[in-house]
Amino acid sequence: MEEAYERCVYLERLGLFGCIQCGKCTAGCPINYVTPDREPFNIRTLVYDVLNAPSEEIASEKHFLWQCTTCATCSLRCPKEVEPKDVVMNLRSILVEDGTLPPSIRDVLKSISVNYNPWGLGKEKRAEWFKGLELKDAGEAETCLYVGCTPAFDNRLHKLARSTVACLQKAGIDFGIFGIEEICCGNEIKRLGDIWSFDALREANTEVFNGYETIKEIVSISPHCFNTFKNEYPGLTPRVTHYTEYFARLIAEGTFKPKKKVSKKVTYHDPCFLGKQNDIYDAPRSILTSIKGLIFEEFDRNRENSLCCEGGGGRMWIEIEDARERLANIRVRDAVDMGVDIIAVACPFCLLTLEDAVKAMDLEDKLQVLDIMEILAQA
Amino acid sequence: MSTKRIGVYICHCGVNIAQTVGIEELKSFAATLPQVKVAENYMYMCSEPGQELIRKDIKEKKLNRIVVVACSPRLHEPTFRNTLVSAGLNPYCLEIANVREQCSWVHKDKKVATSKAKSVVAAAVTKVALLEPLEEKEVSVTKTAMVVGGGIAGIQAALDIADSGFKTYLIEKEPSIGGHMMQLDKTFPTLDCSACILTPKMSDIKNHPNIELLAYSEVADVKGFVGNFKVTVKRKPRYIEEAICNACGTCAKYCSIAIIDRYNEGLSKLQALHIPFPQAIPAAYVVDPEECRYLKEGTCRQCEQVCKELNAINLDMQEESVELDVGTIVVATGFDVFDANRKPELGYGRYENVITGMEFERVVSAAGPNQGELLINGKKPKEVVFIQCVGSRDKTVGNEYCSRVCCMYTAKQAHLVREKLPDAKITIFYIDVRAFGKGYEEFYDRVKGESVYYRRGNVSEVYKKGDKLICRAEDTLLGKPIEVPADLVVLAVGIQPSAGARELGKLLKLSTSPDNFFLEAHPKLRPVDTGSDGVFLAGCCQGPKDIPDTVAQASASAAKAVIPLAQGKVKTETMVARVHEQACRACGYCVEACPYDAIELQLQEVNGREKSVAVVNEVLCKSCGACTGVCFSGAIQQTGFTDDQILAVIGAIGKEY
Repeated sequence: MEEAYERCVYLERLGLFGCIQCGKCTAGCPINYVTPDREPFNIRTLVYDVLNAPSEEIASEKHFLWQCTTCATCSLRCPKEVEPKDVVMNLRSILVEDGTLPPSIRDVLKSISVNYNPWGLGKEKRAEWFKGLELKDAGEAETCLYVGCTPAFDNRLHKLARSTVACLQKAGIDFGIFGIEEICCGNEIKRLGDIWSFDALREANTEVFNGYETIKEIVSISPHCFNTFKNEYPGLTPRVTHYTEYFARLIAEGTFKPKKKVSKKVTYHDPCFLGKQNDIYDAPRSILTSIKGLIFEEFDRNRENSLCCEGGGGRMWIEIEDARERLANIRVRDAVDMGVDIIAVACPFCLLTLEDAVKAMDLEDKLQVLDIMEILAQA
Repeated sequence: MSTKRIGVYICHCGVNIAQTVGIEELKSFAATLPQVKVAENYMYMCSEPGQELIRKDIKEKKLNRIVVVACSPRLHEPTFRNTLVSAGLNPYCLEIANVREQCSWVHKDKKVATSKAKSVVAAAVTKVALLEPLEEKEVSVTKTAMVVGGGIAGIQAALDIADSGFKTYLIEKEPSIGGHMMQLDKTFPTLDCSACILTPKMSDIKNHPNIELLAYSEVADVKGFVGNFKVTVKRKPRYIEEAICNACGTCAKYCSIAIIDRYNEGLSKLQALHIPFPQAIPAAYVVDPEECRYLKEGTCRQCEQVCKELNAINLDMQEESVELDVGTIVVATGFDVFDANRKPELGYGRYENVITGMEFERVVSAAGPNQGELLINGKKPKEVVFIQCVGSRDKTVGNEYCSRVCCMYTAKQAHLVREKLPDAKITIFYIDVRAFGKGYEEFYDRVKGESVYYRRGNVSEVYKKGDKLICRAEDTLLGKPIEVPADLVVLAVGIQPSAGARELGKLLKLSTSPDNFFLEAHPKLRPVDTGSDGVFLAGCCQGPKDIPDTVAQASASAAKAVIPLAQGKVKTETMVARVHEQACRACGYCVEACPYDAIELQLQEVNGREKSVAVVNEVLCKSCGACTGVCFSGAIQQTGFTDDQILAVIGAIGKEY
């Protein structure tokens, strides 16, 4: 009786009883976008399975759980406000608890507890991106730049972090960084199902952020960090802003004026964690269209209909073994068809996945993938 | 205070009360309470023998106060008040102790429930001893009705009231009556031509001696109460004399300003000086003041030149205000279709060949932009996809309800496609098909038999691939995502309350249910009444419905609206707020608190001295008690719920039994 009751509470919390099996989740799921000869990732039947059988059984049976990018299209499309993506995260938690994990994920979770970053690199490497820059420490300014693990540790993305710093300096913003003391936000860790490590990171970060009374606003580079700070950190005192909102505001106020011409044809790829999950669609576009000489053109699939790049939900560390085409390739091909010079992004993961696709398709001489900050730094 | 002789009558309500409350124990307890002369029980107290028991005791045992221990007073208070009247007692010497909804239905333990029932009965006995007989009052009724909204609901209601012999004003905000029904091509399941069955009724409105049509008009203010409403109607300037214009249409030929044709859902254009559609009633042209060159820029007046003979055009016309005295009001403000732009994933507004169900009606209508030919961008579509439940059953847009018409209008539209394009591939994506009306399931079967593919699962997104649209859905019966190409996608948009209804609702003090439609007084037993006496609901303003249900409800609300007109008088609320003039400090808090504008401050002579006091309009007072809560001198008291009575009840409930 007690067990049955608790199960009902669990299902109720996920809203699963409300499901009307309309299939909008499965139909919108980007993982199913290219599924010629594969069993579909059917999140609708997964919801139905969890409703009717113990989650432990389901979790051990469904090997496709690690394919989900937690892009949240399923949740966004659901007319009954069920949260199918949370079902996936819950099932992943069971696997984390049981320790039945793919090795690459096990390594990420180990790296988090040892190094406070998912990239398996020593803490001291976090200093590399700001080598040679004279920056204030967080706490010495009201605004604080939260760089995030991926821009801090990935060599390609150092340019993104440094471009952001350059733009802030150009706007005359007094800001600080956490530098080597910065630790992972936990967004991807939570999505991989390790809710325990996530809780530890959340507590540690909250203590640090709230500890500095001077900090009023945290500007985040990655929409993933931004998402978790904004939506999953109850009790966080400083305001959390994604840089696109921040710079759109500076440009609207006239504090930041893009001066130089960037004579390129540019399209913009909406990151799921910025757009679909946080409804920020206009800010990045307003930055791009404020740049002189820049010709902006929309993808056919834009805003709410944007196609996921497959970089979220821990997918940066998950090897998918089938031979299906990557969604990033579709995105790149569409951009080439449109004849644009640049795919602009506002997310480190999108930058990496799309750039990989450009390289894999041998299109480097035709198309560039740049973060909005990198474009704005030129303007 | 004279001694009261109280009778307590306990109802078993079958087993509803008796299985949880110890009836015998309660009866012996009641008999011990002060001034109680009789305590009885009976299986169904509301039955005729049950009521006779009370009548007999009133007469034989000289009872002058009665407590009925039964269900909610919402159900049987009127029944037992009549019982008292038939035994010669004032109906307000009654108190209902609700031991069903508030006791037996909410408890399991008989001991606890019985103990609570004792408290409830003790409180009722305490209160009934303090009740005073009250006198019922009546006011006379203006024998005229007003119907707001000239769609099929308003048209039917107005015709029925007028046919009953009462003068009826029909107010319509658009230049013509007809509403959305006028825009429909065919109606399900009979495939009648919508306009053909509607226009005779529109003519009847025009020709009925008891109906005065005020088109292009809006209700600006409503004062008063049932039987005596004073309504201010704003008549927008039409710039054409309605009575003179013979709708010859010559003027429009000289008007060079093209505007969006709203009757055709924006799919075609017409002139700034136009008639909304050929069968419009009133059959008169109208000038769109937002678009007319003269009214915008001060020059032109071309049209006036060509209408010299009739002289029907008057570009200097001003807005007018009309005052109406009416006894009852029928609200028939209808619906707006859901704005498909709110579901961006379905491509509406982005792709020209994604249209709404209402736009489809115009596309296929003989009076539509293509004279009835089904053309999209000048071409006949080869593949047509219908998507159900757009803006209905959808929490993300705040419309949790089923719109009740989309399943059937989609089936009908699929049939029309088949009729016009025998070779087209037709696919309907659905979640559940709701074909609940008379002849509806049969119609659904018929349409399926016309090679229409019903696929279970709803479309998650529409995107473009080459010159086709791709509808991505999961066929939930196959358990597989599928992509269906389309040249035309029709969104079965749902319906929501008309945007203008909110303002009218405020004027009439109407409540809305969580779905934003107007709330009826009781969902089952008073489906066309509202919380405002004398105001009734018809059609989609109360909730989504199809044409048969709308017409039925319109006739029902007409019948209800006629009752006070036929009787010529209405009873007013008896348990109204009363003011103790000497204690009143004229602070005005009660005036602000009253949601019915029933209280005002007036100069009155009190004990030979003139002072300002709160005065309650007993006809407007709804006995809500808001005023008594804010009165800090205790001067305003609600009859039947005075501070003394309430405090005594609280005292009685607080005791242990």
